[in-house]
Amino acid sequence: MSFEKSIGRLEEIVRELDRDELDLDGALVLFEEGITHLRVASAALTKAEARVQQLVEAADGTFSLVEFGGGS
Amino acid sequence: MPPRGSGYGSGYGSEAEYGHAGVNPDAAPGASPESAIAVHTLTSAAKDLIEGAFPPLWVRGEISDFKAHRNGHWYFSLRDANAQVKCVVWSAQTRRIPAPPDDGMQVLAKGQMTVWPVRGDLQFSITNIDAEGDGLWRKALELTRKRLEVDGLLDPARKRPLPRFPRRIVVITSPDGAALHDIVKVARGRSPDVEIVIIAAKVQGEGAPEELVAAIERVNRWLNADLLIIGRGGGAREDLWAFNDERVARALAMCAIPTISGVGHEVDLTICDLVADVRAATPSAAAEIAVPSRRELAAHVRSIAGRLQNGVRRRHDRGVAALTRVKGRLSLGAARVVERRQSRIDTATAQLHALSPLATLQRGYAVARGSNGATLSRVAQFDAGAEFDLWVSDGIVRAIVQHTRALPEGVNVIPREEGA
Repeated sequence: MSFEKSIGRLEEIVRELDRDELDLDGALVLFEEGITHLRVASAALTKAEARVQQLVEAADGTFSLVEFGGGS
Repeated sequence: MPPRGSGYGSGYGSEAEYGHAGVNPDAAPGASPESAIAVHTLTSAAKDLIEGAFPPLWVRGEISDFKAHRNGHWYFSLRDANAQVKCVVWSAQTRRIPAPPDDGMQVLAKGQMTVWPVRGDLQFSITNIDAEGDGLWRKALELTRKRLEVDGLLDPARKRPLPRFPRRIVVITSPDGAALHDIVKVARGRSPDVEIVIIAAKVQGEGAPEELVAAIERVNRWLNADLLIIGRGGGAREDLWAFNDERVARALAMCAIPTISGVGHEVDLTICDLVADVRAATPSAAAEIAVPSRRELAAHVRSIAGRLQNGVRRRHDRGVAALTRVKGRLSLGAARVVERRQSRIDTATAQLHALSPLATLQRGYAVARGSNGATLSRVAQFDAGAEFDLWVSDGIVRAIVQHTRALPEGVNVIPREEGA
């Protein structure tokens, strides 16, 4: 699951918990789900640096990404 | 030396020898009726002479009688209080001028003085026009803006929200410009894992608009990115002009993914800025807007973690409090029930006590009971020699009947029983 989805769900969960309308069981279930998403989101933040690439379009209309060498 | 006129007639002698220097060296073209030249020769000579005498010049003047011809050329006069000159801008040159000038506009025009042989007119052939106060640039911008507005491309409702966490960003710019360097640097500083994909395009000069349009169309065909940044670093107004090109603006407006424009500096507002979903003041600012800062994200995640914990803890505490409250009420209720019962027991005990025969015994009375437990209250129930119990206040006395007798006349202790 992507960082975006995890964060989105987390924000929903927190809002839900803040509304104070859940029973304790429901709150705990949400809490557990939230912890799972937290792990995903935190892990996503520690990813390595991505490369800078250049989009190349072949004559037949297919695309490929090549390492960008400009300016280096 | 023969007189100059001597060659006058020689031409008549032989058509083939006309103007031939070897035959008549004195007959310079146009020097005599015999060597008269054609009109086009005259105007062409004048053209060559004038063009040789004047290098390309900047001329200041006011536009009048402007006409854009169907064939794409522009015709007008440049004039001041005392003079005027006919001017032309050939259609090939008009493309380099942002907009056609208006009559009355004060301009600086760069051109070549020449003669238009067909009419024999002096003509200033213009390649570049700068209107005072950037009049032409403003006019061109305004014209383009209006056309885009008519088509609804500037409607704020068209603006799309940017993705909060883009994974792959396409950058359309010059591959060796400062803009690319700035964008990559800022993006890396904020979120190193966001992918940056470059589509190289010329951003200024001949062919730049076409390359920018082609790059945008490539993004649309590829469809593999979350966001587009299009831009370039600062430069002269002419250098930024491709970003005011109507074709580029229309392509950008139709881009399949959300767009950010970052052209030049803060003060440079281009047509692309107007149609992009978000306008950034500079390429660096575009990267800042596009890419979330990892530090901010981490803070956001931490704050969510805190809220999550607080939320569930508060919910838990509330549960505990409710439980305690209920427990209190429960024991209080139970205590009341016990109390109420106790008092009923007490009341009953008192009543019982008040009615108890034991109380009577306390006052000195005794009850006789037979061996079967029945109360013996009449003489007839006592047989001589029979045993019975005598209940007194603090115990039971075993007794034997010796003899019985009736009460004296007139005394009757249990009249009602007699009647029953």
